Amino acid sequence: MIKFVLMVNQQGQTRLSKYYEPVELSKRAALEAVAVRCCLSRGKHQCSFVEYKDFKLVYRQYAALYVVVGVTDSENELSIYELIQNFVEVLDKYFSRVSELDIMFNLDSVHIILDEMIQNGHIVETNKSRILAPLTAIDKMADGSETTPDTPRFAIKL
Amino acid sequence: MSDVVEKTLTALPSLLSLDSQPGSAKLSSNSKLGNLIRGITELTSKHEEEKLIQRELLLIKEQVSSPNTTMRQMKELMVRAIYCEMLGYGVSFSYIHAIKLAQQGNVLEKRVGYLAVSLFLNESHELLLLLVNTVLKDLQSTNLIEVCMALTVVSQMFPKDMIPAILPLVEEKLNHPKEIIRRKAVLALYKFYLIAPNQVQHIHNKFRKALCDKDPGVMSASLHIYLQLIQENPEGYKDLAPSFVTILKQVVGGKLPMDFNYHSVPAPWLQIHLLRILSLLGKNDQSTSEIMYEILDESLRRAEMNHNITYAILYECVKCIYTIYPKSDLLEKAAKCIGNFVLSPKINLKYLGLKALTYVVQQDPKLALQHQMTIIECLDHPDLIIKRETLELLFRITNDQNVTVIVEKMLDFLRISEDDHTTIDLVGKVAELAEKYAPDNEWFIDSMNAVFSLGGDLLQPDIPNSFLKLLSEGFDSVEEDRKLRLFAVNSYISLLQGDSSKLPQRFLQVICWVLGEYSHLREDLEPDVIVRLLAKLLDMKSSSSETKCWVLMAMTKLCPSGAALALVHNVSETYSSSLDTMLRQRAQELQIFSQDSELQAKVLPRSASMEPVEVDSSLSFLDGFVSEALAAGAAPYKPPHQRQEELSRSKALSLEPYGLSLPISMSSCGIADRQSPTLLSISSGLSGDSADFSHKGSSTVLKLDGVKRLWGRDGYLAQKESTEEAPRIEAASPVWSADQPGDNNALNGQTPTPTPTPECDQEKQQLASSLFVGLASQSSVCLMGKSDSTSQRFRRKTKASGSSEQITNPLISPSDGSDNLLYKNLLDSPDLDVSPPEQTPGLAAPNGSCDAEEESSDTDLKEIETPPIRDERVTAEASPDDDPDGSKDPSLTSHLPAELSALSHSDITPLFSKQNLDVSACHVQKEDSVVLVVFISNCSDSFLQQIRLQVDSEELEVSCVSDCPSEESKSHSVAVCQYFLTVKRPSVHFDLSVTVSWAPPAGSPRKAQVSYRLPLTTFIRALRLSTEEYGAMWLAFSHDTKQNLTLIQDGPDPLAATLDVLKRKLQLHVVEVMGVEAIVACCLQRDQPCLMHCRMHAGMLAVWLRSPVPDLPDCLLYCCQRALQEL
Repeated sequence: MIKFVLMVNQQGQTRLSKYYEPVELSKRAALEAVAVRCCLSRGKHQCSFVEYKDFKLVYRQYAALYVVVGVTDSENELSIYELIQNFVEVLDKYFSRVSELDIMFNLDSVHIILDEMIQNGHIVETNKSRILAPLTAIDKMADGSETTPDTPRFAIKL
Repeated sequence: MSDVVEKTLTALPSLLSLDSQPGSAKLSSNSKLGNLIRGITELTSKHEEEKLIQRELLLIKEQVSSPNTTMRQMKELMVRAIYCEMLGYGVSFSYIHAIKLAQQGNVLEKRVGYLAVSLFLNESHELLLLLVNTVLKDLQSTNLIEVCMALTVVSQMFPKDMIPAILPLVEEKLNHPKEIIRRKAVLALYKFYLIAPNQVQHIHNKFRKALCDKDPGVMSASLHIYLQLIQENPEGYKDLAPSFVTILKQVVGGKLPMDFNYHSVPAPWLQIHLLRILSLLGKNDQSTSEIMYEILDESLRRAEMNHNITYAILYECVKCIYTIYPKSDLLEKAAKCIGNFVLSPKINLKYLGLKALTYVVQQDPKLALQHQMTIIECLDHPDLIIKRETLELLFRITNDQNVTVIVEKMLDFLRISEDDHTTIDLVGKVAELAEKYAPDNEWFIDSMNAVFSLGGDLLQPDIPNSFLKLLSEGFDSVEEDRKLRLFAVNSYISLLQGDSSKLPQRFLQVICWVLGEYSHLREDLEPDVIVRLLAKLLDMKSSSSETKCWVLMAMTKLCPSGAALALVHNVSETYSSSLDTMLRQRAQELQIFSQDSELQAKVLPRSASMEPVEVDSSLSFLDGFVSEALAAGAAPYKPPHQRQEELSRSKALSLEPYGLSLPISMSSCGIADRQSPTLLSISSGLSGDSADFSHKGSSTVLKLDGVKRLWGRDGYLAQKESTEEAPRIEAASPVWSADQPGDNNALNGQTPTPTPTPECDQEKQQLASSLFVGLASQSSVCLMGKSDSTSQRFRRKTKASGSSEQITNPLISPSDGSDNLLYKNLLDSPDLDVSPPEQTPGLAAPNGSCDAEEESSDTDLKEIETPPIRDERVTAEASPDDDPDGSKDPSLTSHLPAELSALSHSDITPLFSKQNLDVSACHVQKEDSVVLVVFISNCSDSFLQQIRLQVDSEELEVSCVSDCPSEESKSHSVAVCQYFLTVKRPSVHFDLSVTVSWAPPAGSPRKAQVSYRLPLTTFIRALRLSTEEYGAMWLAFSHDTKQNLTLIQDGPDPLAATLDVLKRKLQLHVVEVMGVEAIVACCLQRDQPCLMHCRMHAGMLAVWLRSPVPDLPDCLLYCCQRALQEL
């Protein structure tokens, strides 16, 4: 089972966090800090799975951004490792070449994508086009009603 | 793709740092969100962040409550609020506005509203109720996107009580033409099942429909429900196994649309999901497993592509193959697969390979042998995670021959590990292995020393407790005990003579206890030397006051003289004015005892250290205190398991620094004990107790259970054979030696050895032979269920049976003076140890008044000296009422079948008598079944024909053992029929209808129907359990009932008398009696247990029954009531 999904940059700043089991707000910061430290301290040739308290962290690095997923011991770590890749590929498809800024400025969209993929700690959809279907539909409707998008998403493509 | 991401992401920092960059400038000027994000990225310290966010929060707060804020602005505000909360700043003021946004916004705004709700609120938040109407409205919307959103939020969180309000709407969506709606509806139902399974019980057929949906997305959504259902009850879904196999076949065969592929692997996560379901279904089930072999084989074959995701599938496949009923060629292929994993240069695969191997060696230890060189390499791997996983693997293959090497490796790891959680876990494992397989005393004590010094004060308290218990209880040989203790004493003396300031407090406490208790074994040493060593500890700055207490207690036990005596006086003087009450108490005791050696010898008799103490563990002497406290308005006591349940409900992910999140190995036993009702009273006493007791409770909790065992006493069962087969192992273990080319090649085929330098190689081979010794002889088939014939060194003494009140604990042994005093003072209540002697396991019919039973109960009564309570009427109750005089018919008794005549049977009751045909019946209670015997006697002089007998019952299953030998009956003969009776569903009484038809010599055939009634008690058998087993079972049972029963008040001990009646009449087994409480167990026909917890309270007996069988607790309660009333 998946316990949480984090996106954190190398400076340890949280870019996205989603918990599938209730964690008190006050404890989240500490948890995230330790999780990031665990992952940052590891080299390229070390295993992408880290033991952390009574669960495991599966992490994957994309440039300065880390995606960290906390799972229970019974979970198949490698499948989660690939799930992260799938998630980033979906983001890449949606934002056409995703960057850390996209994630920051479109936190809501990223959350909506994640909600399509993982629910209650289980993987519910991995088909890219199906994951994006509801969000693109919403975007289309919103585009129809508003002439100028107020998100700067379209402005920061590199 | 990741290259692209990398490129874009590496460009980020420069972009963010320069305001002159066009992109960045645009961002910041464009929106407030942009401002916030820019501000956050530029931050350099936590302090700045706090200032920035506080400012931001004020802004948001102001705007959300302003009536002029549009929904579009509100949406932006919500995203900003989400941001702030993500950074750890509470935004509770905006929760209500999130709900409002979901209610009133247009599509995108609505989605953000729902999103904010799902991020802000947890499932029990009361504001969630306000969302119900919105969800209801959106579910009925004509806009599919809104329906979609509503279903998404419902499948994330929904108030349990409001499910009925939307259930019909969600159900309706299962037939929606759009797949996405159907899929989301299934996921919503899954959520409902998770939070309130009984609410969706009636729509299980709809789950099946979803499983058969033509869209693969809907089908895979339904698998979530099925995985859950099958986990809970694999038996109920065996019929679906072929369907799952077919689905997997189609997926593996590439029948799904292309967009389900991930890196050209068809729906990998779906495959993994299906494999998990299959392994649950095939576990211990040969016929179901057979359906799967083909597809598993194909999955192994297909997954040849070199990509991570195929390995993820392979891993799941291998696990499945080793979980289901074994098939040799599949096992072989799976083993080869694991080989590929562990030999892979990719570290992630190596890790997974080790994990798979750890799972598999429990069934097939030989596999570890095959990969021994790889395992040894992993043991020296620079990555700690790999090392750790390898140790986990070694832990599973430990036996008494390789224990020293493996424990050494574990201790090596502990010395470099910095993670507290790992330390606690590993230290527990070392302690477990040391106790289980220690080859000799020296090694055991040294290993335990390492455990104590490495584990430090993180150590679980049950490790030192169980170690001390082991020392004090001793083993079967007195001489061995003495040697072990002496060695411990020597070891500790030399430790104290060195630098003791670095030793952890827990370890010092253990040392103090052992020296206080056993230093007299060193006859050459004056107690003064010990006293001086101990006094050194008192002067150390690092010693905690708890440790000082232990030091003083140890000194109290020693008999110092001369100079040491002066030292002791000094010490007691110093600490008798300490601010710590415990310390002061100990100092007082030390003072008194050191002045009066006679008193000391009396209170602390040296030889008695092994004698168990009788402890009133129910702390009944505190009852008055408790009731006073209750009267004064104190909160009533809540049992620990209830508290724990509440705790776990409130926060599932434990983030307490190592407080509650114990490693499994530690908690398995502890939890069972903590939650069992047997210890409830101990804790209840503690809750309202004086400082002394709570001190004990918090710091030196007395765990009376044995050492925790991760996988049970016979967990890794393989090693049990090792001793008998030792000679063979000698020959087989050095697999890698050069003079066995045949063996070498065979193994090399699977595990090509990497070629290190020769010396290094030799070293590793040596290590290999020491690590994997004892494994070669194991057969590859699952060795489950072997009896425990191990050569375990430290086998605990078998406790005297029946002495349920005797608690042996080193920490409060009689030689522990102060405690003893305490107990002596407090235990002014009469001795409560009157647990009735065990009834002989032979079967005594509670309802048939047969001679054997009368005798046994009479002796029982004599022994426990309670007034004889016997009543024939109760026993007669079982027999049908139509013939009160129905007493034993000696002539019929002789017709009882030989195999039954030895067993006790109920009265033979005439059922009816007509025209010289007599039908009588009785029932015989066998160990695990009940047999109904019907006698048909022909008292006439004529010949009766066509005699047929039919026995039916609604609640019982009746199977014929032997029918009437013939359909005819000669004159004055008796025909005997036997029927096996098994309970279909529990009931207070079971009515059997017996139909007899016969043809008299003259006249038409006749038929008669009579009924025969059996009480539930006929099927109840004693269930012999240990207290620990009872505790574990108690929690697992879901059906329960509670009630107050009348006590039998006329004896000196009402509880014992009442229990005795229950035991006698209902065959209940009294597991343990603790003061005013007792735990009792029984089972319905061997496999349906029912547990009972009794407590004397206010002149009544409060009983609490639990069972996995519905209705059984209620029925049994009724029987108890009857049994007690009819006295």
